[in-house]
Amino acid sequence: MKLEELRFGTELIKRGFASMQKGGVIMDVVNAEQAELAEEAGAVAVMALERVPADIRAAGGVARMADPQKIVEIIDAVSIPVMGKARIGHFVEAQILEALGVDMVDESEVLTPADEQFHIDKAGFGVPFVCGARNLGEALRRINEGAAMIRTKGEAGTGNVVEAVRHMRAIMGGIRALKGLSSQELVDCARDIEAPVELVIECAQRGRLPVVNFSAGGIATPADAALMMQLGADGVFVGSGIFKSTNPEATARAIVEAVNHYDDAKVIAEVSKGLGDAMKGLDVHLLREDEVLQTRGR
Amino acid sequence: MGVKVGVLALQGDVAEHIAAFREALADRSGSSVAAVRRAEDLAGLDALAIPGGESTTISRLIGKNGLYEPLSEFEGGVFATCAGMVLISDRVDDPRVRPLSRIPMHVARNAFGRQVDSREAMLEVAGLAEPFRAIFIRAPVATDVGPGVEVLARIPEGIVAVRSGRHMAFAFHPELGGDLRLHRMFLEGLGV
Repeated sequence: MKLEELRFGTELIKRGFASMQKGGVIMDVVNAEQAELAEEAGAVAVMALERVPADIRAAGGVARMADPQKIVEIIDAVSIPVMGKARIGHFVEAQILEALGVDMVDESEVLTPADEQFHIDKAGFGVPFVCGARNLGEALRRINEGAAMIRTKGEAGTGNVVEAVRHMRAIMGGIRALKGLSSQELVDCARDIEAPVELVIECAQRGRLPVVNFSAGGIATPADAALMMQLGADGVFVGSGIFKSTNPEATARAIVEAVNHYDDAKVIAEVSKGLGDAMKGLDVHLLREDEVLQTRGR
Repeated sequence: MGVKVGVLALQGDVAEHIAAFREALADRSGSSVAAVRRAEDLAGLDALAIPGGESTTISRLIGKNGLYEPLSEFEGGVFATCAGMVLISDRVDDPRVRPLSRIPMHVARNAFGRQVDSREAMLEVAGLAEPFRAIFIRAPVATDVGPGVEVLARIPEGIVAVRSGRHMAFAFHPELGGDLRLHRMFLEGLGV
């Protein structure tokens, strides 16, 4: 091995890391005990947080990156990758997360944005990033900034899958709509959706996003998780849905199996039996404008 | 004659493995590459790829799906990368992984540290004329190998490529990056 040929944090390594998560469930956890439960249940990674999104909603105020002490405790508790959330545009929180040894940074609308004009310049980091998106244009703008993974935003902390469905349909439909367009029409489309034309052309050629696309924001049951997989997600993030249910351990295991067997209704039926109450959930139409998280960062 | 390859499709970079084997077999008519999710999908396969992903998750799903015995007894060659290398070994430094014991070697998970320590390196691999661009992502290493296991590549952290009979295992990801020389070496070794 030639040491001078060593390269860290390349696009291939960052996107490759995201690819290894495919077909998996990434679970929000707030302490070492929950992280161990998630790993034991078969999570491919955990998201280390101060509070799950439902509690962030309830608490109000400014939501920031979690206490580094808490993140380190979670990193030390599990062998699977640990992700952490930074505020949109808060590149110093991202630098801190990278320094702590977090395996992926989520530049997340669940936290209060730090910059209303710019997202983090993610290409300059060695650690890979995941970003939320509601439609193809948002997804491609984030990829252009260096995101190695996209997740649909949904509406976090509601336990209501409707927004996750809306955003997954928008992204998948947006890609399908590119099929058969001439190169002139693709340039026009890129202008319409405010995305770089090279990325629009790449989506048209491959029939999918250039990076892994997970679903997030409102998944509360095994059926919700399988629904998002059938709609085209490469995997799912489950936030409040696990630790706000009455039986987190059984719910976590059931969601892992539902994602694994997303096209087999018999298995999903079996694993869904007797899980107790899912998280209560919110009607997204009753949220005040300032309570909606998905409109943060476009 | 065509080669029938399956890719264990429980979790991980399954699509990348399928695409790489399809490309490597493009000029061999009668070949097929398909996802393996159930024991019956293994019937008639000449080879099986075990992809990268999270070895703890894949190991759990192997157990849940009743695949442990069928995979232990699979008679074709196995092409294992990253998490696959952990699973195909016979000893792992983590009790949460139940290895399939197809290659006698001890494997340490995440031998490089955190994701920021993941790297690309030009690697000398026995049997290849030119170095291979190896992509290590939270990679494992083999710390020792049993009799009959040929070490194909080694770095300061440990052994990163081995061959044992028709099986091959890599700590890195030959399915990413577009260089198919190791796929071809594996396919030649199958003797189909």
